[in-house]
Amino acid sequence: MTLAGRVWKFGDHVNTDLIMPMRAISLPRHERPRWAFSANRPGWASEVLPGDILVAGENFGTGSSRPAAEVLKDLGIACVLAETLNGLFFRNCVNYALPALEVRGIVDAVAEGEELEVAFEKGAIRNRTRKTELRAEPWPAMLLDVLTAGGLVALLEKKGLLLAE
Amino acid sequence: MGMTIAEKILARAAGTGSVAPGEIVVVKVDTAVVIDIGFYPGIWRWPARVWDPDRIVVVHDHVVPAKDVQSAEALQAGRRFVARYGVSRFHDVGATQGISHQVAADEAYALPGTVLVCVDSHTCSGGALNCCARGIGPAELIYVLCTGETWFRVAPTICYEFQGRLRSWVTAKDAFLWIAARFGSHANQNLEFGGEALTTLGLDARRTLSTMAAEVSAEFAVWEPDDLLLDHVRARTDRPFFPTSPDPDARYLDVRRIDLDAIEPRVALPDSVAGNTVAVRELTETVKVDQCFVGSCANGTLDDLATVAAIVGGKQVAAGVRFIVTPGSQRIYREAAKRGIIATLIEAGCLVTPSACGACAGLDLGVLGPGEVCLTASTRNFKGRMGSPEAKIYIGSTATVAASALTGRITDPRGIEASR
Repeated sequence: MTLAGRVWKFGDHVNTDLIMPMRAISLPRHERPRWAFSANRPGWASEVLPGDILVAGENFGTGSSRPAAEVLKDLGIACVLAETLNGLFFRNCVNYALPALEVRGIVDAVAEGEELEVAFEKGAIRNRTRKTELRAEPWPAMLLDVLTAGGLVALLEKKGLLLAE
Repeated sequence: MGMTIAEKILARAAGTGSVAPGEIVVVKVDTAVVIDIGFYPGIWRWPARVWDPDRIVVVHDHVVPAKDVQSAEALQAGRRFVARYGVSRFHDVGATQGISHQVAADEAYALPGTVLVCVDSHTCSGGALNCCARGIGPAELIYVLCTGETWFRVAPTICYEFQGRLRSWVTAKDAFLWIAARFGSHANQNLEFGGEALTTLGLDARRTLSTMAAEVSAEFAVWEPDDLLLDHVRARTDRPFFPTSPDPDARYLDVRRIDLDAIEPRVALPDSVAGNTVAVRELTETVKVDQCFVGSCANGTLDDLATVAAIVGGKQVAAGVRFIVTPGSQRIYREAAKRGIIATLIEAGCLVTPSACGACAGLDLGVLGPGEVCLTASTRNFKGRMGSPEAKIYIGSTATVAASALTGRITDPRGIEASR
């Protein structure tokens, strides 16, 4: 899977309450994404185009267990690349099928608006604007299987373990 | 190679002899706790069958009593789930209701040496009971309900060894806020707590530290077991449990000794906790507050309510300040009422609410407006967490919050003459 898109940049320790404010939780799924970063970057959610890539610093996604990864995926974010990912947020990335990698040096290697190309399974990142490359540790096969299935709910549906909606 | 407590518990749950940091292990889950938020339309999916109703606990805590139609629907789904699958451990609105992590500790659902998951980031609270407890996402919880399994990437462990004794009006919350200031983020690290001062810290104090570990982004936050814990557990369960101590040659990323005598009251400044706390005296009573709050899974215990009563008893909350107190469970509420604590609080001008996550989660029972300043003994101070993104949230101990409610400014509790 090769992803290519325009970059949005965020800082260190970006939390789930910014990505998905509590008020969004009780809304129907399709109404949640427009609240993303409404507290710290109003208007951002409406500027995101499908395929855009989110780049951040340390510990991206710290905080709540709420499905913030699903909100970013539904918004059209193709991939999250951060210096480090919060452990709980990373679980949600896997489980809601949002590609996300820890990439050392990513913050200095890309500016907002530049174009990145991500060979996800290999963990190879190329800055098309600067013609530079970075590497990340790829996901193990077990987690890639969840991503390929479309997330845990899709996986459970496929196995017949959920009641029809 | 020696293992830390978390590594030993994960190795047992994975059915392997040993695990090491960096490894991904598939584990059998001992206990899954489902809370009302997990039943929201658009988040919840119905399992065709569950792996083991006897290992499932359902607690309604975030939106009780229902605040709107969506939350009422979530609570209805929870009740249907319990009935459909025959879940016996159910804490609905009423006498046994409480915040899930408080209930899991008080009822010993979180068991030593076991793995517990719940769809709430403060589930690490259960670490106080020598349990590998942690928050997972809603999709993962549904997976666990169907299969009884999940995976963990084993994180390296930081060991905190406590020595000495906390001074008067200084609490475990202050010790946590000092650790958060000194060491900052603990992302992708397990925490292990113990040391010679273990016996001076009650289970509530230990739970405050384990719960707050979420605010420094830790994974598991597990305490060593001792007689106090094991007596508590034995008195409440006949289920098997496995008290787990670290191997003598356990490998830690770092071992940090904390002298409790040296801790003083601290507060976290707005928007984050890690690397963002100061001693209360440094603020020199310059920060005015609109709302004070004591409650949540971190500090809604009987000890917390008694501390508030000791400080505000016979006095009045400052004019212009709202002091909201939310007991961690209805059992705590009842006990506090029997002891006269609730009457003391109400007479002093506190508003005592039913047990719920309430104001801490910005859901109801004390939501903040733009420009307001809140000092809270709850868990989290992210921008917008308790309501308006333009509100400012400081976090302190219960004693600091109660002292500040009397003065209307963030105040060191050591300066308030207690009315014990």
